[in-house]
Parts: sequence; C-alpha cells; structure tokens
Amino acid sequence: MSKVQLTNVRKTYPNGAEAVRGVDMEIESGEFIVFVGPSGCGKSTLLRMVAGLESVTSGQVLIDDRLINDVSPAERDVAMVFQNYALYPHMTVRGNMSYGLKNRGLPKAEIDQKVTEAAKMLRIGDFLDRQPSQLSGGQRQRVAMGRAIVREPKVFLFDEPLSNLDAKLRVQMRIEIKRLQRRMNVTSIYVTHDQTEAMTLADRLAVVNDGKIEQMGSPIDLYNNPATLFVASFIGSPQVNLLPATFDGQHLISGDLKLSGFGDLPTSTELVLGIRPDELRLDESGPFLLRVDIVEQHGSDNLIYGGVLGAMNDGDQETEFCFKTSQDMLPDLDSTLKLGFNDERAMVFNKVTGERLR
Amino acid sequence: MKRVQFEHSAIPYLFVAPQIIIIVVFFLWPAAQAIYQSFLLEDAFGLSSQFVWFRNYEDTILSESWLQAAGFTVLFSALVTFLSLALALLLAVKANEVIRGASTYKTTLMWAYAIAPPVAGLMGNLMFNPLIGDLYKFLNAIGWDFNHKLDSFDAGFVVVLISVWKQVSVNFIFFLSGLQGIPKSVLEASLMDCKSSLRRFWTITFPLLAPTTFFLMVINITYAFFETFGIIDTTTRGAPGGATTTLVFKVFQDGFRGADIGGSSAQSVVLMIMVLALTVVQFRFIERKVHY
Amino acid sequence: MKQLNWRVITTHTICIIGVIFMSLPVWIAFATSTHSAETILRNGLQFWPGSDFLPTYHEALFVEGGVMKSVLGITMLKNSLILGLGFAIGKVIISMLAAYAIVYFRFRLALPLFWIIFMTLLLPLEVRIIPSYEVVSGLGLLDTHAGLIIPLIASATGTFFFRQFFLSVPDELLEAARLDGATAWGFFIDILVPLSKTMIAAILIIMFVVGWNQYLWPLIMTTKEENYTLVIGIKQIYQILADGGELPQYQKAFALTILATLPPVLVVLVFQNWFVKGLVESEK
Repeated sequence: MSKVQLTNVRKTYPNGAEAVRGVDMEIESGEFIVFVGPSGCGKSTLLRMVAGLESVTSGQVLIDDRLINDVSPAERDVAMVFQNYALYPHMTVRGNMSYGLKNRGLPKAEIDQKVTEAAKMLRIGDFLDRQPSQLSGGQRQRVAMGRAIVREPKVFLFDEPLSNLDAKLRVQMRIEIKRLQRRMNVTSIYVTHDQTEAMTLADRLAVVNDGKIEQMGSPIDLYNNPATLFVASFIGSPQVNLLPATFDGQHLISGDLKLSGFGDLPTSTELVLGIRPDELRLDESGPFLLRVDIVEQHGSDNLIYGGVLGAMNDGDQETEFCFKTSQDMLPDLDSTLKLGFNDERAMVFNKVTGERLR
Repeated sequence: MKRVQFEHSAIPYLFVAPQIIIIVVFFLWPAAQAIYQSFLLEDAFGLSSQFVWFRNYEDTILSESWLQAAGFTVLFSALVTFLSLALALLLAVKANEVIRGASTYKTTLMWAYAIAPPVAGLMGNLMFNPLIGDLYKFLNAIGWDFNHKLDSFDAGFVVVLISVWKQVSVNFIFFLSGLQGIPKSVLEASLMDCKSSLRRFWTITFPLLAPTTFFLMVINITYAFFETFGIIDTTTRGAPGGATTTLVFKVFQDGFRGADIGGSSAQSVVLMIMVLALTVVQFRFIERKVHY
Repeated sequence: MKQLNWRVITTHTICIIGVIFMSLPVWIAFATSTHSAETILRNGLQFWPGSDFLPTYHEALFVEGGVMKSVLGITMLKNSLILGLGFAIGKVIISMLAAYAIVYFRFRLALPLFWIIFMTLLLPLEVRIIPSYEVVSGLGLLDTHAGLIIPLIASATGTFFFRQFFLSVPDELLEAARLDGATAWGFFIDILVPLSKTMIAAILIIMFVVGWNQYLWPLIMTTKEENYTLVIGIKQIYQILADGGELPQYQKAFALTILATLPPVLVVLVFQNWFVKGLVESEK
C-alpha cells in the first residue's frame, strides 16, 4: 500500500528535446492510474522515470513520501511489465520469476513458495519448467506479470503490456489485469495509447499530450466533461464529431448553417463545436443534412458516416460526421438524413487554444 | 548505444583493460617502433644508429626490387580478387539454383575454408613438383614448356592458382548467404517482368548482391596482400628473381633474412598507409550503404 | 520441359566441376600419403588409397626421428591444439568483456578506447612484424605459449562481433534485470553470457580455425622444434625434402599435411551452421 507523488517533474534529453514538461500528480494507495496519449507524448518517459530507468531532469518523484530521484531501480521496490515482456529467453518460467528474488538474497524455500503461489494465481503452474520460446503470447504475458507479482512491489508499472496481443486476447487479459490489481490492491500505473483500454482499466485517467497532463480524472468524467479539445477528441470511440464555426453574438455560424441556443460565446475567435456520435438523432427539423457515404454495421448498432452539407470546410476536407444509431437503420448510399442533436451535451471549444468554452 | 546504461566509474575500465593492455603492448608500441625505426639507419653491426629522415624510404621504396614487388602485388591482388570472386559467384549462383543436393554442394564447396594458406601452398607445391607432380607433368605434356622454378610467368601462375583455390570457399559462403538474403518476392516479381534468366541475373540479382561484392572485394584485396604470405613462402619464395615477391613477403625477407631493419620498417609503414586507405574506402562505402 | 532439363544438367555439371576443383587436391594428398616412398617416386601422385596408411601415420605421429630430428608429430598436434583453443577461448573472453563495457556502460573514455580497439584493424601483424618480435623477445616470451597466443587475441574482430550482437539485444532485458536487482556483473553472467551461447560457439569455431592456421607469427616466435605447430612443422619437412638427400619421404609429408588439415576441417564441417552464421554475421 503505497502512494506515489510527482512534483513538477521534467525530462530534457541531452539533445534539448523536452519529453516531460512539468507534471504534478498524486496517486493514492491502491489506485489504478492510466496514462493515455498519442505516441511520443511523454507518457512512457514519465513511467520510466517512476521506474528509475530514466533520470529525472528536475522535480521530485516520491514513493511513500521518500524521495527516490536518485535511488537505483532495484531499490525502489517497483515492478514493471514491458511491452515486449522482456523475459529472459534462456531461463525457464520459474527462473524468470525467481531471478529478482534471488538477487535479493531470499532463501530458496521462500522463493519457491512465492513463485508457486503467483503461478497458481496466474494459472501458469503447468508451464513453470518451460522456456519462454515454448509459450504463446498470452502465456508470456502472464509470466511477465508473474515476474512482477512475486516481488510484492509497492508499485506496479505497466508499459503498454497488451499491445503485442491479438484483439480477443487483449480484452481477456485486460479483465484479468484489473481483477488481479483489485485482489492484490497494489498501486498501479499503466501506460497505453488505446483509449478503450484506458477507459476500462483506470480508476483515474491522465491524458498526456506534448509532455504535459492535459486532464486527469475518472474515465466517465473525462468522457462527459473534457477540459480541452484534445481530451474530447482523444477519449471516446467513435471519435467526437467536430464542426468548425464562429459566433455572431446570437448564433453559431458554420458555412450555411446557423445554430442557436448556445448562450454567450466570444465572437472574436474561431470555434469548434463538438457533438458525440450518439448525441445525434434523426430529426426532420434538425439543422444538419448528412449525405450518407458509408454504413458500418457493428451488430448492436450502426455507424453512418457522411459529409455535412453546407457546413464550413476545414481546408479542402469536407466536414464529416459519424452518426451512431440502431441496427435497423440502414439508409441507401448517397441518400440524405436530417439530423438534430442534444444541445445540452454539445461542447464548444476555442479552436486556437483548445480550451473548452461551453 | 543503449538507451539505458550502467553508470560506474571503475567497472568498465576493468572490463576493457585486458584488451587495451594487450593492444598497447603488442600493437601500438610495435607500430610506433616501426615508424620510429623507419627513420633510423643502423651501422653494419647494429651497434649504433642515426636519424636519417626519409632516406630509408628513398632507398627501399625507390629501389628496383621494391617497385617490382609493388607491381607484382597489384597485379597479383587484382587477378586473385577477380578470379576467386568470379568463380565463387558462379558456384554460389548455381548451388543456389540446385534443389536436390544443395546442402551437399554447399558443404563440399566451403570446407576448404578451414585449410591454412601455407598448407594449401605446400599441397600445391607437391602438385607442381617436377619429380612427382601430376600438374607439372600434365602441363608439360600438353605442350606448355612449364617450369615455375625458372619462368616468372609460370611461377606467377602457380601462386595465383593456389591463392584463388584457397579463397573461393570464403567468397562462396558470403555470396550464397547474400543470394539467400534476397527476398523471394523480389525474384518472383522479376520473373514476371523479365523473360531472360541471364538478364534477370545482371539486372536484379547482381545489383542486389553489390554490398556483398564490395565487401568481399576489400576482404580479398586484404587477403591477397597479407594472408598469401603463407602460400608464397611455401611455394616460390618470391623466385625466380623476385618475380613473385609480394610487398609483405619482402618486408619479411629484408627484415628477418636480410636484417635491414630500417628499410624493412619503412616498407611496413608504407603498408600501414595502404591498409589505412583500404579501411577508409571500406568505411566510406559502409556509410553510404546506411543511407539506402 | 526439355529446356528445363538442360538447365538442371548444366547447373549440376558446374557444381560438380567446382566440387572436384576444391576437393581433388586434398584427396590426392590423402591417397598419396597411404603409399610407400618408392611407389610415389616411381609412379608419382596416387589417386587410389594404398596399403601403407597405418605405418605411415604411426611413424609421422609417434616415432622420434620419423619426420623431424627431435619432435614427434603428436607433439606438434598438441601445440596446434593449444594454439587453436587458447586463441579462440582467450579471444572470446577478452572481446566479450570489452564489448560489454563499451555497449552497456557510460564512461568517459568509452569512445577513445573504442577507437584504440578499432586501430588494430589498421595494424595487421604483417606490418609490425619485426618490432612485435622484439617486444615479445624483450619480455622473455619467445618459445612460450603465452607469447604465442596473447599478442594474437587482442585484435578487434571479436570485439566488434560481440558489440554488434549486444546492440541487438533488446534494451528491455537490461531494464527488467535492473528492476530485478541485478548488478553489472550479475547481468553479464546471468543474462548476457547465456544469451550469447550461439554467438560464442560460432566465434569459438571461427577463431579455432584462425588460430590453428596461424603461420607467420609462430614461424618467427618458435625457435625450438618442440614448440612447432603442425603448420610450421610440415613446412620444415618440405624444406628437408626440397634440400634432397636420401629417398624423399613424400608420404610422410603428405600425412602431416592431412593431419594439419583434418582438425579445422572437421570442426567446420561438424559445426557448419554455427560457423556460417558466425562468419556472415561478424562481417556486418
């Protein structure tokens, strides 16, 4: 049971590249935190600084109120699951799991007991004497987790641990990781670029962009109340629909479209209206005319993609919407649909700063 | 460079120390000695020496025997490199085409790699022995008035033949692995684009082998310069009249047999410069390869 | 179909001619070594094996004065083995350690030291042969195994090979090991060395052959017959043959030639796959 604290943490590489530019964060004991963001946003660097694999340029990293900036990785009492598992290829599963304990000088009987226990928990007891090369991807993944578990660390670190697995296995392991974390109640930090993984696993989610925490909160909170355009478009699948617009004092104007009911907005700047695909509905009196391009049938629901007629274009690209609807809704291609939206839940952003205005 | 490294003050030095110490004692120090001695002239008894600047270089390198050796070395290297590469490429292409028995050919064509150059030289020497050598008798029987002890062309023929024989297997191994490294899909695509197999080879396969070929050229030139010492020393020993003396053989001859330390050192230094040039060429090329 | 057959026949013909070209001299050397001196002198080289295999090889290996004045064939065989094995093992150890330091440590002199190792490529033995001899004799190492082996093992080839291999080892392994509390030495011994098993085997094989086949260095380093390696020894025999005298013992010369050839050839044939892999990889 440990808490992790980051205070104004920065990472600048010798070549001048800034990977992390000032991160503050407090992670409570037993919490499951997910760092999510596009590749290169600095989320992995942040995780590796907690692990001690990357030096901290400035700021403080604390585990249980102990400053660990200059403590070696082995002495931080953290365990990590790597994307490519990083199993020692020449050791058996048992060897892989016990290596860290051996280095700590634990007696053999105790090591054996811990390994057996962890193997049982992960259902890899039958493979203990096999080499990693004889295991499937999912089994290797379990061994990598087993190696972390036996150490009984203060903090679990996960660096995109599921991205080498196929889709089905990924869902399965996702649930298992969550279950394991609940059961062991160990503080965990999990890095991923997959927003579904992030949403489903996290107690709290930190959206990282360009070396900074863009927003932090519970998954549903981030989905419902994104603080910035970036968070709004990163969280949620299918992605939020974005419509470039301006405000004339009364209406939102986008090309030929005129939308009302948005209260007061600045008139001096370009805006973006954000509507989630499931907030759109069929409405003969609605403002949008959607020309149907593609219909994706996902089983329980259909996604209809198409251009919004008359809307302001962003450059050369026609503004496109995605409309999430029920499975029996199957319009012809190139037909048009009249759509309305739930203006209570519509979001307006400053296009330049990305700041949420409404 | 690794993303994560250990940071220790003493340990890495301990780890590199054995190699560095040996290099300093047995590589750098002797090389520096060679350079130093190349500027010295010893008297006939080796009792005193005096600094003579470039006189050793002038004396030896401008001498007729050195120029003769240099000329032979260049010609010899060109012949050995070209012939052994051509032969190995032909065999590698053919062995790569074979479907049944490929591994037998591979094994029987590469095993000569393990034979030492002087041993190859000695075997060749007996094959060309005037008393019992079949090759000697055969060449004379077909009307070639063959005598490598007296005729410099015949002596050159002997050392080139043995040197090529010894080098074919190394080249073969690299060409074969180069050929096997060409993606199958590329060859299949060329099969659809080009009817003539010979044309396919010269327009697709050979260009793709270019890195291997270039690398092997450097290796072969180095081989012809240095490693053939063992072959020359066990066959013609530079005879007749220095016609088959390579530069390396001459360094050895003058330094050990002739005890001309200054002159031999000057020759060594010239050889060092040649190796340096060869290495620079090689690295320039590797750099270029990276950009592809 | 006809055209195809024609192609297959040409291909095989070329391959077979190549095999004959590469193998025939060695076969003839072997076949001739099993005949008596008289037969060889009378009838020249032999293609079919004769009946004198055992006596010839026995004399070459075990009888004093059989081939040389004082040294037995078996002694030279032993010397060759020591040179081959000592060279291979020493080289693997020294170059693995150096490559480990260069790849896995951040230290101030890493780059200059790397260049010093690189410089050995520019200084083959042949260009510094006389001063090298002087250094070794100054250290009193002439006619010793150490003096023979140590100067040979420091060249860069092995270090470059292991450096290349270490660079291809995923970074995460070191990271995982550090989280597991491995020390610098622990990571080397527990993880890196076992991981390099195949590479070590390949380098051992190549370097055994290279060491066994050394010629110029042992030639100037060994002055006493009892320290001759086979490669040096047979050269002396040919010398004796060439100088003439009584009935030339060609069969013994051939027998020693075969003995000098057999061990490295066997090693290469038996471990062919490792050997080829090592050779091709090391030159990248």
